[in-house]
Amino acid sequence: MLKNRIIPCLDVKNGRVVKGINFVDLKDAGDPVEQAKIYSDGGADEICFLDITASNEKRDIIYDVVEKTSKKCFVPLTVGGGIKSVEDINKLLNCGADKVSINTAAVENSKVVIDSSKKFGSQCIVVAIDAKKNGDKWEVFTHGGRNNSGIDALEYAKLMEKNGAGELLITSMDRDGTQVGYDIDLMSKISSKVNIPVIASGGVGNLDHLVDGIKLGKASAVLAASIFHYGKHSIKEAKEYLDSKGIPVRI
Amino acid sequence: MKVTIVDYNSGNISSVINSFKEVAKDKVNIEVTSDLNKIKSSDKVVLPGQGSFKSCVEALNNINGLSDTLNDFAITNKKPLLGICVGLQMFADVGYEETETKGLGWISGKVSKINNQDGKFKLPHIGWNQINIVKDSKIFKHIVNNSHMYFVHSYEFVPNDKKVISATTDYSSNIVCSVEKENIFGTQFHPEKSDKMGLKIIDNFINL
Repeated sequence: MLKNRIIPCLDVKNGRVVKGINFVDLKDAGDPVEQAKIYSDGGADEICFLDITASNEKRDIIYDVVEKTSKKCFVPLTVGGGIKSVEDINKLLNCGADKVSINTAAVENSKVVIDSSKKFGSQCIVVAIDAKKNGDKWEVFTHGGRNNSGIDALEYAKLMEKNGAGELLITSMDRDGTQVGYDIDLMSKISSKVNIPVIASGGVGNLDHLVDGIKLGKASAVLAASIFHYGKHSIKEAKEYLDSKGIPVRI
Repeated sequence: MKVTIVDYNSGNISSVINSFKEVAKDKVNIEVTSDLNKIKSSDKVVLPGQGSFKSCVEALNNINGLSDTLNDFAITNKKPLLGICVGLQMFADVGYEETETKGLGWISGKVSKINNQDGKFKLPHIGWNQINIVKDSKIFKHIVNNSHMYFVHSYEFVPNDKKVISATTDYSSNIVCSVEKENIFGTQFHPEKSDKMGLKIIDNFINL
């Protein structure tokens, strides 16, 4: 039976983890490679890096981080943040990323998704959708949530599937950082609309939220950042909890 | 001992390279090439493959003499070869992704889209699934039955002779996920992304 996945996400800025695991035995708490290794050894089903480096001069650091991580972690590695072109994707994959997540570029230029999924295969193309509720619909935001594209998130999700996305990473901007749980309504509506797997993101504060994301939100995978950082919960605890609630996980 | 990973522009193979180098350490020489002479002089060959059946077959055929060299290696000389994902699928006679495309024809059968029961199951089949080992395969030495492996695919290999099947996995239907025919091995899942158990399979292949 296919298992639901738990994906810890690390925000990386200028090659350093911004929020991360706060373990006393860590040699270097800011080292993304070491943190990713802790997660994969702990049973993470995949690792996600979100590169939030703002300055262009420092953008190349992520390639080095990905290269080092992929030599130590033998579970899938997804890298997102700042990807603009097929060439950017090519570079990340060559450094050892298994998948890339494309956000703003997918909205601005649909050819990026079409061309990259043709060139590299849908299996490595994740389209990340930042959605915010407006009335009875959700709108797609870009540029790290700063710009409202006005595009309907459900229609957009369907279009991205058609364009060749292999998975969708859905973040509720209303919930992100609030720790009150995923936007279940958004997740289940998108998951029912598309035939490709949906990864739920944004708002996890406790382990029940992960359960809800899968059971109610119909997500195939759940992504979380802060509950795994600072040692609040380990991946193992999360998996055992999901298992106790009847959700199939890899233990 | 020299193990060659065939680099034929079949998509992203860096994870395959990393995992083989991790397992091989300094004991085994891992070569990544499409050079025909280097392939011929190898002890073992790994045939990776990502993207579509059609794009991988085309990429293989784009390198002059590669398909004949692989055929000599695996069929005539019967040296060990491991196909991963689309690398395994290409063993078939024919594939139906995008359009009907002729495969290598090493293991009789076809590659067709997974029946997802009219959308009841998501495609691609992405994530960790358990393998049911149905036959003692040399690459499954010390692999516990029902181990989890990482999958990502929408098409499946359906061999005519069921005796070649070494493992299956349950999704919308029972999917063939590993084959062994004499010196030819294949996994539909990605051992290079399947953590310790996946690395063990790679280790088993290297140590055949």
